Amino acid sequence: MDLDRRQFLLLTGFSGLAIGFPGLASGTEASIQVGQVAINHYVQIKTDGTIVIFAPNPEVGQGVRTSLPMIVAEELDADWDRVIVKSAAIDREKYGSQFAGGSTSVLRRWPELRKMGALARHMLLSAAAEQLKVPVTELTTARSRVLHAASGKTLSYADLAESAARQPLPDDSAMVFKQPGDYTLLGRRVANVDNRAIVTGAPLFGSDTRLPGMLYATYVKCPAIGGRPRSANLDEIKALPGVVDAFIIEGTNDIPLYDSVSDYVSSGVAIVARSNWQALKARQNLEVDWDLTTASRDNSADIRKQAARLAGQVGAKTLVEQGDVETAFAASDQVVESFYSTDFATHAPLEPQNCTAHFKDGAIEVWAPTQTPTATVAGLAKLLGLPGDKVTVHQIRGGGGFGRRLENDYARESALIAREVSAPVMLQWTREDDIAFDYFRPPGYNALKAALDDRGKLTAWQHHVIAVSDDGENANKSAGHRNSVFPRQRVEHFRLTSSLVPSQTPTGPMRAPVSNTYAFAEQSFIHELAVAAKRDHLEFLVEMLGKPEWLKPGSPRVIHTGRAINTIRQVAKNAGWGRNMPKGRALGLSFFFSHATPVAEIAEVSVDGDRKVTIHKVWVVADCGPVINLSGAEGQCQGSVIDGISTLARQSISIKAGRVEQSNFHQYPLLRIDQHPEIDVQFLRSDFAPTGMGEPALPPIAAAVCNAIYSATGHRIRHMPISSEGFSI
Amino acid sequence: MLTLKINGESRSLGDIDPDTPLLWALRDTLGLVGTKYGCGIAQCGSCTVHVDGKPSRACVMRVGQLQGREIITIEGLARDSDTLHPLQQAWIDQDVAQCGYCQAGQIMSAAALLNSKPDPTDQEIETAMSGNLCRCGTYPRIVKAIKNAAAGGA
Ligand code: FES
Ligand code: FES
Repeated sequence: MDLDRRQFLLLTGFSGLAIGFPGLASGTEASIQVGQVAINHYVQIKTDGTIVIFAPNPEVGQGVRTSLPMIVAEELDADWDRVIVKSAAIDREKYGSQFAGGSTSVLRRWPELRKMGALARHMLLSAAAEQLKVPVTELTTARSRVLHAASGKTLSYADLAESAARQPLPDDSAMVFKQPGDYTLLGRRVANVDNRAIVTGAPLFGSDTRLPGMLYATYVKCPAIGGRPRSANLDEIKALPGVVDAFIIEGTNDIPLYDSVSDYVSSGVAIVARSNWQALKARQNLEVDWDLTTASRDNSADIRKQAARLAGQVGAKTLVEQGDVETAFAASDQVVESFYSTDFATHAPLEPQNCTAHFKDGAIEVWAPTQTPTATVAGLAKLLGLPGDKVTVHQIRGGGGFGRRLENDYARESALIAREVSAPVMLQWTREDDIAFDYFRPPGYNALKAALDDRGKLTAWQHHVIAVSDDGENANKSAGHRNSVFPRQRVEHFRLTSSLVPSQTPTGPMRAPVSNTYAFAEQSFIHELAVAAKRDHLEFLVEMLGKPEWLKPGSPRVIHTGRAINTIRQVAKNAGWGRNMPKGRALGLSFFFSHATPVAEIAEVSVDGDRKVTIHKVWVVADCGPVINLSGAEGQCQGSVIDGISTLARQSISIKAGRVEQSNFHQYPLLRIDQHPEIDVQFLRSDFAPTGMGEPALPPIAAAVCNAIYSATGHRIRHMPISSEGFSI
Repeated sequence: MLTLKINGESRSLGDIDPDTPLLWALRDTLGLVGTKYGCGIAQCGSCTVHVDGKPSRACVMRVGQLQGREIITIEGLARDSDTLHPLQQAWIDQDVAQCGYCQAGQIMSAAALLNSKPDPTDQEIETAMSGNLCRCGTYPRIVKAIKNAAAGGA
């Protein structure tokens, strides 16, 4: 992104000191106080030597408030120990679309952030050259200082800031970027910039927002998704202690399908009180007469049965047809066929959804722990009929995202509630609300069929994906197939078909959407093929990947088979692939390419006679190019593995008559500390552009564990969670 | 007038409903928001505080039953506001947190463990910490941080 010169002048064209960004709120955002100079919209230098770097994207635990500013700091040669990170204001002109999703923050922001750091450094150097009256080429930088080696003179960035801000913008061609070998910050273990606030319990998260005179709200929706309140005992509720108001909200959509920029709101009853407890206690006395005519009638058991029936049939729609699949099957030595399925699942971030809103003088201000603040602005403007400049959204940390906070339903609900009261109001969902009203990870139904020749080589591959669909025409959000060139480009005869199963339950992206269920099917099935071919799994997989090459050179989202094979060979080495194992214990291999990153994993697993599975250790090898923050990237890999095992073990959402049957963690268990395996993570630091690690280590893990379970017991698991087949972790 | 002893100070909760869970009294009445709401039914550990030195789930304890008890929250864990408890320091050193939402509760459970067992085994750590969920999966680092704090404190 090029920095617009007019805008740049707006930011820096004043005296350098005490300039302000017109129209921006104070607090964590880009306000400038006396004693600090804006070099550009990412970098401000204070007279005391500290440097403020703005983090453009929302933080939900993926570490971008640390990793993104690190990229700026590296090119700037800032002293990281004296960098203060602030979250940027939501401003499309300056920062483009601000969101956290698809592990894209590093990949997309990399060129821009490097440039902003390098630009600031360039201007500081120009200022120093002017001041010292020496050519720029004689100057170097380190730890927020410019050095002139010949004279031994040094100048601090703080001393140079004012004059730097007045330097002309360099041409792109004059910009100098560091070589990876010269990095002093990137690739190191850098601690999360919010650690101190986190460990001391300082206010940090959306639900920690506290404003003078604020009220607290709870919002009660129909347990059968999409039902409407006909009436409620509102007068009784309003008379309860601490209750300020109670009212019915007419929704804009009965069953709000996923659309983060929409104005969709479900109907319900709002209770506003002076404290969370008073709202919750009043809720216990709420009686609502629900009109179920508009409600979902989903039954997840029926959906699964229908999908299984369709799996045995020809796909309704052919999406890709290549070669001659039928002839290849007929001519093959062996045909292997399997149907893999999963249940619905819920995101369950540890902080339940919440949002604080203040409606005043025809404008709204919200504190939204959302992954998509730019979309929040658009959706609220539409919902309230306000111009965009009357909607202010403050970025605020979310206690876990996993894709749940890509939607803004809680923000829209809070806005409608805030419109009815004359004080700031926080809408706080209960855990039960959070589980019942999710945009669920849809069930993944994948029927796979493949042919092997007499040498045990793959000759044909057929994939029939069965997706839940609300309208009978399109797959619901995140329920479709992946547009992937592997294995399509690696097998002569290939067919991809799809069928739909009716379902009204809202679905949405959950960490590594589609991949999170498809990889389980694909990578388990490849192991099945290797077993059928009586060949080593690793060699079979590597042969399938074929010649080491980038299948679409220059496109980071298309697999590079050479990088893929490197991760597989390395993980095999780390785990000691092929070593002897006692009975009932085995290694399981899996690989997946998603989010521009190849990741190979091996799980060492033992299974006892009661189907109790112990995962002893997991090895992860990823190639995400140069690592930005080693500590963050490693943590994301470990977290993804634990997340994947959690879902594999026991997590299942069932739906009866449109109503989710699970209510809280006792029925939807997360993996506990005594169940987690040791996790070894290695990054192959290649020269490709850096990619984000929030998701790609998740897809491979389910198949790694299940392939190990097969090798240890001879039992092939084809449904997630494994508790449905009597296995426990 | 209900008064509780929190972090060594006597704090008035005014005419609060004695049924109010300690969690909401801390967060809404006193503004001590470090103690988190995750489930409300003693299933996740996000709201862990110390009551008379024992790790306790603030979401299921009613303020009316806590008079005279010694309550410590994450805000009062360190000796004073400028210093860190050894566990808080270990948490920073190991860079444990991802989203961070569970971590105050994790640290409070770990602190109670180290108070009773200054040098816990892996097994004892896992047992003591098994009531604290981390959705982000920071368990490997939690174990390391507790061990480091234990070793440093010994
Ligand atoms: S909020 Fe108290 S244990 Fe979950
Ligand atoms: S760090 Fe996010 S829940 Fe533990």
